[in-house]
Amino acid sequence: MSLQATTSQTVGPYFQIGLARFYVDDLTGPGVSGETIEIVARVFDGNGQPVPDGVIEIWQADATGKYAHPEFLQESKNIQETDGQAEEQGRGQSVFRGFGRVPTQADGSFRFKTIKPGRVEAPDGTLQAPHIAVSVFARGLLRRLVTRIYFPDEASNVEDFALKLVEAGRRHTLIAKRMPDGRLEWNVVLQGKDETVFFDC
Amino acid sequence: MPSDFPTRAMMQGMAKFRGYRRAEPGTQPNHLHPTYVSSIKRAPAKPLVYLPHTLSETTGPSFDSSAIDAKASDLTRPGHGEPLGERIIVSGRVLDEDSRPVVHTLIEVWQANAAGRYRHNVDQHNAPLDPNFEGSGHTLTDENGNFRFITIRPGAYPWRNHYNAWRPAHIHFSVLGPAFATRLITQMYFPGDALLPFDPIFNCTGDDKARNRLIALFDWDTTVCEQALGYRFDIVLSGRDSTPWEK
Repeated sequence: MSLQATTSQTVGPYFQIGLARFYVDDLTGPGVSGETIEIVARVFDGNGQPVPDGVIEIWQADATGKYAHPEFLQESKNIQETDGQAEEQGRGQSVFRGFGRVPTQADGSFRFKTIKPGRVEAPDGTLQAPHIAVSVFARGLLRRLVTRIYFPDEASNVEDFALKLVEAGRRHTLIAKRMPDGRLEWNVVLQGKDETVFFDC
Repeated sequence: MPSDFPTRAMMQGMAKFRGYRRAEPGTQPNHLHPTYVSSIKRAPAKPLVYLPHTLSETTGPSFDSSAIDAKASDLTRPGHGEPLGERIIVSGRVLDEDSRPVVHTLIEVWQANAAGRYRHNVDQHNAPLDPNFEGSGHTLTDENGNFRFITIRPGAYPWRNHYNAWRPAHIHFSVLGPAFATRLITQMYFPGDALLPFDPIFNCTGDDKARNRLIALFDWDTTVCEQALGYRFDIVLSGRDSTPWEK
């Protein structure tokens, strides 16, 4: 008889006390190679009001498409790049941790500085488009919401394993927009018009 | 087709894409749970899009012991003095649905003090703060999935969900687990709490067995003579699919 996974409960309004120690808003650092990106975002509820008491976690591969995960030392197809940096990272343990966690601010905003991830394999053997996995926790959410951030001007989006599961008219909610200053804007709409696509994960 | 098909190498390749099991129907809350008023404008209105797990979901963050404060599993650790309240020991195991221990995973906890007040600027309940109690702790599970916190029993506190609403005493638990797919945040409750039947958060699932597993068990084995009562709280994370994903 197998066990059943424990029932999820809301993170509540006071998570700062418990989760602040492992806040990470900057995933870059010495030895982390790749294109530095900055994501600026806001979270809105079904009334269009900002969500000032949420906490966002991200999980992503490094620039060569490797996850900092002990179980899988992937042989991603795209780390066969011949430039020295990629080879060096492929050999050693990547210094890129791939994990971020930030609370939302009074105006519902949050931001991450990170690097653009490489492509990782999908179960059907194709390569996924670069993306960042996102968990949204907040008062009012009894379970986390799971979504993804994709990148604008990324040709591989059209063949992406997960984007293809989403009806065409909603895919834009998963793709960040390039702002004039080069930063990426990506909002989370929990409910209503332009509601963000959330995954059953 | 040759009899050794699929080859071992293919099986290993496929094993990477073994996902994690989805929740047994009814054991996890719906996003919309109207008696929990905050869910009404925050729950998605559109159905979730089923995502077969990819490497992005079967991998996940981890922290090694160098990132951990070994003293942080004792929430009563003295600052200037001992916190007020009933000292307790909360221990348990983190397992997957196949009863395998989830080892070296980060657990974070937070809670109100004995008077039912959180050390948080949003908490305006007119109960006293305790200068000797922060209300936060963390630890890694050991090689058998075990964890152990020393703390004080939190108090119940009022909230504004409905008239005269009170949250039962609880401790928040956050567990990373082995993969993005297994990430869990939950709350632990105490046996015999008279407020449990009235709490919309505790009662978020229709499955009474599932929600009753959120209630810790009083435990003589971990109760320390003349020191602290022991409570046992095991946490179960999604198990691995037994069959690989098929296109």
